[in-house]
Amino acid sequence: MQATTSRPRIALYWASGCGGCEIAFVNLHERLLELDARFEIFFCPCLVDTKRQDVEALPDGALALTLLDGAQRSDENVEMAQLLRRKSQLLVAYGSCAHEGCLPGLANLRPTASLLDTVYAGMSEPSRPRARAAVPQGELHLPTLLPRVLPLADVVDVDYVIPGCPPEPDTLWRALGQMFTEPPPPRGAVLGAGESAVCRECALRREDKTIVRLRRVHELIPEPTRCLLEQGILCMGPATRDGCGALCTRVGMPCIGCYGAPEGVPDQGAAMAGAVGSILDIEPLRDRSDKEIAAAVDATLDAVPDWAGSCYKFSLAASLLGGRRT
Amino acid sequence: MSAPVEGRAFEPRVLGLLCTHCAYACADNAGGTRASVPAGLRTIRLMCTGRVEPSLVLEAFGAGADGVLIMGCHPGGCHYKEQNYRAVQRQRILLRLLDQCGVEPERCRFDHVSAAESTRYLELVDDFVAALRRLGPLRLERRTRVHRPH
Ligand code: SF4
Ligand code: SF4
Repeated sequence: MQATTSRPRIALYWASGCGGCEIAFVNLHERLLELDARFEIFFCPCLVDTKRQDVEALPDGALALTLLDGAQRSDENVEMAQLLRRKSQLLVAYGSCAHEGCLPGLANLRPTASLLDTVYAGMSEPSRPRARAAVPQGELHLPTLLPRVLPLADVVDVDYVIPGCPPEPDTLWRALGQMFTEPPPPRGAVLGAGESAVCRECALRREDKTIVRLRRVHELIPEPTRCLLEQGILCMGPATRDGCGALCTRVGMPCIGCYGAPEGVPDQGAAMAGAVGSILDIEPLRDRSDKEIAAAVDATLDAVPDWAGSCYKFSLAASLLGGRRT
Repeated sequence: MSAPVEGRAFEPRVLGLLCTHCAYACADNAGGTRASVPAGLRTIRLMCTGRVEPSLVLEAFGAGADGVLIMGCHPGGCHYKEQNYRAVQRQRILLRLLDQCGVEPERCRFDHVSAAESTRYLELVDDFVAALRRLGPLRLERRTRVHRPH
């Protein structure tokens, strides 16, 4: 890195993510010019050429801001998180993976060994990943998986969170504005989004109906103007933070929960269990025995094959249980 | 809740979430007759089982409970009309989440009693504690969360 500049330096780094958060960053479009006028993007493996060594050579706190996306899945992710924490004045959990583990976090429903057994099924030992392997050219070092996927805040101190999978560019832009205003938001705050639930900004009509039958998205063409949950589709709107503009329900798809739980709600899956349990039709339960009631509710719930995968699609790693008990 | 003492027989720690109109009245009566209850039972009185947010159950497990027993009025007997049905619906969904997360669904039980069933209340509690004894202690990995604003 030869160019020296007086602009504050920032970094954008991916841990175990998909690159979608980087796309969301680029989707700032012309606002990128404004960002570039104010900051120098010092480190970002998919945008600029600097390497880890260049970051290591910086004095501590030399980066004004790091947006760190992706889940904490491997020991290398943790090393990079610790390095960037040291070098950054502000470290932001950027996107759902860093915030709550997101889809990689669903791996927490299985023991890590069984994941490797599935992916490398039938392969003998030399073909499976090893932390150290001797090859003719020398010794190779590979990262090893953590016992479970962790949100960034379980690994290092995080100053702010930007939610979403990926965060909407408007969410990112608002968050950047908020973190550099005086006085700054309280440490740990979720920025750029709302504090309420997606239902608040959803335009679909609620009629306070009850759910008679749960259905999956491919099982019906929903009425375009009615609340999807009331039509039996497991829409995560009531258990998900607003701020995206209810983009998914606008095009007839249920919210799948990517902004995480609303402010102050400790567990997104539990919140969804509460919401759905509140509007399932109780008429068939009347005048039944305890056992019949439990069986009738269970029969209704069977329409959803994967409750944890549906209610914790984005937040399992950050849930109160964190995933499967090991 | 305090940590289990090593070397002693496992005494399950149970959180009872009791509706004031039935189960809590039973618990009160049982206390009046000096009936003995399992040592690990702690109860919280609620106006109705409809107040049981599923996250409360998870937080109880996180705080060291080996089991959570929710007790409300008999079907049709709820003082808030139908909230005990809703409570069962929430609990049944929660059981699916628990199961997939490796926590035995048997650790969160819903029972119905009336205020006049103190003896049955004691039997249900004993039965739950016996089931937990068979399951053994619930060992959860503790998660720390530094990013939540307080
Ligand atoms: S549940 Fe979904 S469809 Fe219904 S109001 Fe909420 S966000 Fe909209
Ligand atoms: S509607 Fe839900 S899933 Fe869709 S972008 Fe918004 S928060 Fe994410």
